[in-house]
Amino acid sequence: MIEALEARFAFLVVTVLLGVGLYMAVASPSLVKKLIGVNLFQTAVFLFFIALAYVDGGSAPILTNPAPHASPLPQVIVLTAIVVGVAVTALGLALIIRIYHQYGSLRTDTVEEVRLRE
Amino acid sequence: MPILAATVPLVLGRRVDGIGWTVATVVGIAHLGLAGTLAWGVLDGGPVVHELGGFPAPIGIVLVADELACLLALLVSAVATGVLAYTRRGGPRGWSFYSVYLLLLAGLSGMTLTGDLFNLFVFLEITGIATYALIAARPAPSAALAALKYLVVGTVGATFYLIGVGLLFAATGTLNMADVAASLAGGGSAGLGVLYGEPLVVAGFGFVVAGLGTKIALFPLHTWQPDAYAEAPDGVSTLVAALVGTTAAYALLRVVVDVFTVDFFAAVPAARWALIAIGSVSVVAGSALAAIQRRPKRLLAYSSVSHFGLVVAAVGVAVGPGGGYYALLGAIVHLFGHAVMKGGLFAGVGVLATAADARHLEAYAELGRRHPVPAAAVSVLGLGLVGVPPSVGFVGKWFIAVGALEAGVPVVAGLVVLMTLLTLAYVARVIERLYVVPRPAIAGTLASDGGRPTSRGMVAVVVAAAVVTVGLGLLGGALEAALAPYLEGVVAG
Repeated sequence: MIEALEARFAFLVVTVLLGVGLYMAVASPSLVKKLIGVNLFQTAVFLFFIALAYVDGGSAPILTNPAPHASPLPQVIVLTAIVVGVAVTALGLALIIRIYHQYGSLRTDTVEEVRLRE
Repeated sequence: MPILAATVPLVLGRRVDGIGWTVATVVGIAHLGLAGTLAWGVLDGGPVVHELGGFPAPIGIVLVADELACLLALLVSAVATGVLAYTRRGGPRGWSFYSVYLLLLAGLSGMTLTGDLFNLFVFLEITGIATYALIAARPAPSAALAALKYLVVGTVGATFYLIGVGLLFAATGTLNMADVAASLAGGGSAGLGVLYGEPLVVAGFGFVVAGLGTKIALFPLHTWQPDAYAEAPDGVSTLVAALVGTTAAYALLRVVVDVFTVDFFAAVPAARWALIAIGSVSVVAGSALAAIQRRPKRLLAYSSVSHFGLVVAAVGVAVGPGGGYYALLGAIVHLFGHAVMKGGLFAGVGVLATAADARHLEAYAELGRRHPVPAAAVSVLGLGLVGVPPSVGFVGKWFIAVGALEAGVPVVAGLVVLMTLLTLAYVARVIERLYVVPRPAIAGTLASDGGRPTSRGMVAVVVAAAVVTVGLGLLGGALEAALAPYLEGVVAG
């Protein structure tokens, strides 16, 4: 059991990060923390792809490096996905700034209260 | 090939900011023309495959245009161009709106044409980001809140899809759709034998369906959707309701039918029943929630939940062992019909809201007399949604019901009937308000001052949608003929 965990600790880390991120995105009352949760969730998936790419004893996938290379494809994918993630985060923060200006709060419960009073 | 090569730089070149309506219209019409030429070429000479950057298939990314993909590309560009006629007077204006609009068009076209699982994720997110921004285009604070809610839920959904892709990649070592399908069947570039029962593959299927289900807004994952549709500007909800959910459902259909293929569902029948179950629950819950809404835009939003549920259930029926030709045809026709009808309905509701300041069903009283043309078009579209015969709604539901009986899943045929009744329940309420219920004396003063002028373009869009709804219904046979080569390829059994 412990050996199996040792060999696959990367996937364990990924699972924990996935759970923490998802829980934060769902349960945190602060809008900014929700977005951080989403980011954590995405990062966990990026790490999952990187862990997939690893080859035992492999080197970085550059042609001049010695023979067993880590798979380059997931790394390319993660690079693209990070760009997508940054765009989403930027848009999310812009929306949060607008919400803060208009409601004067970053907490979902306060915002809901303001909405009901209107 | 040159046609598709011409589509590619156009799709990518759209990121450049436009100077508003003119640029958007020119690009929209050009895009429509290209999609039309592409469709003509494909329907005439079979599927076209274009390798981006000249890398061959399993390594590079390909764009694939088969019969289904190019019909959908045609739908996307036609509806998007039609919406422009609406937004000229009615919708949000300014170059920032139109540049996001073009970004959305690029994302949607990419989703329809891509032949690569990861590329699909990228286009899914381009579509998503553009949609979040468009929904927040209305200055009201609640619009920003709805957009943020959609952003959080939508991003988590897309990430779920990415996990599924990662699991499939771990199992097969490839991302090209055709190659993944071949690898799962035991051939392809993996050559690891038949992989259908592998836990990795089944888990991948689950994540992909959960992720795309969030984007489609199937029942338990739909919570973002009514807010997003109702809070968006009228022109935007027309566009989003007609196309964004539709392309997501198309992506699900493509992954389920073309990547996992019928053989996967023969090996793992539970996966098929899961699809049917999710779809059926969506149909019932969506219809019931729609029937209790008081605001027309929310009513239409919940109605979308139920209609996409029916499409997913029909896809589930189609991949069964009993031969799914008609069920799949029905799913595709209903996907098309629903896009046209729902887009038209949102535009119609927008016209009525602008002309008479009517944002609640109560305010709809007697609008049939005061604004006869849009009210009549809304009624026709609503009846199409119910599935009254000469409309495309009827054709789609008919094929789904026939396919369900043929495949030995009579539950879904019963579902179609139940859904028709529930849809009639909420559509009839709208029509009753429009034509029968007299205006209450007190509300008269409230609404009679109402309204800004609407343009011919806005009304024309609604009328055109109604005409297309009936026209497509009469042309159901032609649609079947166009799709037959694709259908026979995937569900021969």
